[in-house]
Amino acid sequence: MRAYNLTHLRELESESMFVLREVAAQFERPVLLFSGGKDSIVVSHLARKAFWPAPIPFKLMHVDTGHNFSEAIEYRDWWAKEINATLVVASVQDSIDKGRVVEEKGYNASRNVLQTTTLLDAIEENKFDCAIGGARRDEEKARAKERFFSHRDEFGQWDPKNQRPELWNIFNGKKRVGEHFRVFPISNWTEMDVWQYVLIEKIPLPSLYFTHKRNVFNRDGVIYSVCDFMKLKPEEKTEEMIVRFRTVGDMTCTGAVLSEASTVEDIIAEVAAARTTERGSRQDDKRSEAAMEDRKKQGYF
Amino acid sequence: MTTKSYLDMELLRFTTAGSVDDGKSTLIGRLLYDSKSIFQDQLEAIENTSKQRGEEGVNLALLTDGLRAEREQGITIDVAYRYFATPKRKFIIADTPGHIQYTRNMVTGASTANLAIILIDARHGVVEQTRRHSFIASLLEIPHIVVCINKMDLVSWSEDVFESIKSDYTSFASKLDVRDIQFIPISALKGDNVVDPSQNMLWYNGSTLLYLLENIHIASDVNHIDARFPVQYVIRPYSDKYHDYRGYAGRVAGGIFRPGDEVEVLPSGFSSKIKSIDTYEGSLGESFAPMSVCITLEDDIDISRGDMIVRKNNKPEISQDVDLMICWMNEKPLQLNGKYAFKHTSREARCVIKDVKYKMDISTMSRLAEDKNLGKNDIGRISIRTTVPIMFDSYRKNRITGSIILIDEATNETVGAGMIV
Repeated sequence: MRAYNLTHLRELESESMFVLREVAAQFERPVLLFSGGKDSIVVSHLARKAFWPAPIPFKLMHVDTGHNFSEAIEYRDWWAKEINATLVVASVQDSIDKGRVVEEKGYNASRNVLQTTTLLDAIEENKFDCAIGGARRDEEKARAKERFFSHRDEFGQWDPKNQRPELWNIFNGKKRVGEHFRVFPISNWTEMDVWQYVLIEKIPLPSLYFTHKRNVFNRDGVIYSVCDFMKLKPEEKTEEMIVRFRTVGDMTCTGAVLSEASTVEDIIAEVAAARTTERGSRQDDKRSEAAMEDRKKQGYF
Repeated sequence: MTTKSYLDMELLRFTTAGSVDDGKSTLIGRLLYDSKSIFQDQLEAIENTSKQRGEEGVNLALLTDGLRAEREQGITIDVAYRYFATPKRKFIIADTPGHIQYTRNMVTGASTANLAIILIDARHGVVEQTRRHSFIASLLEIPHIVVCINKMDLVSWSEDVFESIKSDYTSFASKLDVRDIQFIPISALKGDNVVDPSQNMLWYNGSTLLYLLENIHIASDVNHIDARFPVQYVIRPYSDKYHDYRGYAGRVAGGIFRPGDEVEVLPSGFSSKIKSIDTYEGSLGESFAPMSVCITLEDDIDISRGDMIVRKNNKPEISQDVDLMICWMNEKPLQLNGKYAFKHTSREARCVIKDVKYKMDISTMSRLAEDKNLGKNDIGRISIRTTVPIMFDSYRKNRITGSIILIDEATNETVGAGMIV
């Protein structure tokens, strides 16, 4: 007799597909937030599976800070075509030009905070009532308490102390006009789960994740890519190193790691041996102990 | 860990309930730490905080405090989810606070768990909170309970203390509906019997907590007998290639479905046969809970979200009158004769509260037939009438087709969690 049980990755996959189908059933204008990072790539791959043989019943939206790696942008445009999805780009530069936000100054200036305004404006303009994201609960401690279906008020704010209880697999997406939801289908996945899944599903990823030569500089122990958006301090020197990226965010806040991992298998071996979290190379989280919680309350994803 | 073994792992979801003092956070910290699931930067962060607060050593409990208010007040407000893996299994912990005002969080955490860890402070034995946690675990039909008798280091690793608590617990648990209870003497602080066997309690021959978590049999926790397929979404591609394709997307809630099966669609009662079970990778020979698939039928019948596909000879109950055990989750108490929206599988409609039969005193497990007021964190038995028939099983038989939530129509908040009797 065979055993009727799924492996943990297939169970997670099934859970995520269930959540994506709930989104399509419960919302009128959902959108999938797409960053070009592995997590949102996995979510869009799961969406393709969940609705097959029909196309994905929602658009992809990228909040473009203007400080992205060019490799991520190229991949984004290619992948959207590959999965037959329509791509919407919301631009932080536009928000700056319109005077909606003011650019930070100084060496550590980042557009990370600014993208919240751009995102909320785009949600309002497009009348999206649900934004699907690739956040995982294992990433950061404020995220450990996030729901699959996370309610946002008419200002796009998250109220962590007044979240709706989420029981069994019943998701309550009811809301008033002007409010919206953030939905996180891969909440229960870990970094390792994502990589193993990328491997077994043969999902193509941006080249940034794999080892390459790059001109970099070291600031406060973080290896940054040399780029037009960051001014070097007088004492900082650039050098060529063999690196890769564990996450794909803005060039101004995403650090590289020294690595010769050229395949997904190599990366898995590296992740298994890693002694720091992937967000450990993200400067945006280090600003304060509650940095992520504060940004999330205001509407960050 | 090799990819091959990683792909063979099972998933175990468990819940831990406990208060600030019984060492729950320390236990979780210990499991994460000893299974090497904590990263260097996380450890450094809590080392810094421990030092700033002037605490001795590293406070592993800090690993699980998520929100700012919780760190400031040293309490856990909400359910937090933690993840770790060993070469055998991947674990999802629903970490919930234990005070009486957080019953709703405990219920939430328990709703998806296969196993509950109940912590008892060896110095205090079975207390009211122990009984409350155990009652909730049994109410939510968690198949396995592991009672960890903690702080054994503070009772001189005494076998007598362990045995006496075990016997106290066993006698009160006989009133509960629990299929599997195990006892382990531990010290979360020192690590005894959590991951590594204790050298201080050689009288204990049982397994460590982690060994138990890795090996407990969970494959039969899912109902593979009564075939239930709530239709979640209708897939119609309208493309040239799949012009007439009409598939019913959903997650199998029980039993096994195969192409050729004679099925009935509820509530309409139309019969058909399964034509195919489709996935992106191709069609399957069978599907079982909890797989997400897309089913097509031989006949063209009108089916939409909220309907249920079942086997012809094994049907759930269909009714508009339903009895539930309910945990109330909102500040605003349950209103007798009040109307609420509800969600049950993929079906959503309205209902009216016809009767409150009794409220449970969850500390003594007695029924208070005179008390009909169900406020926040209260549990009681009620009868509802729904505007449309629902297709259900008892919660005991199937946790998916037997569960229901009530929603306040004015605020849209989830106000009640119901288990169909």
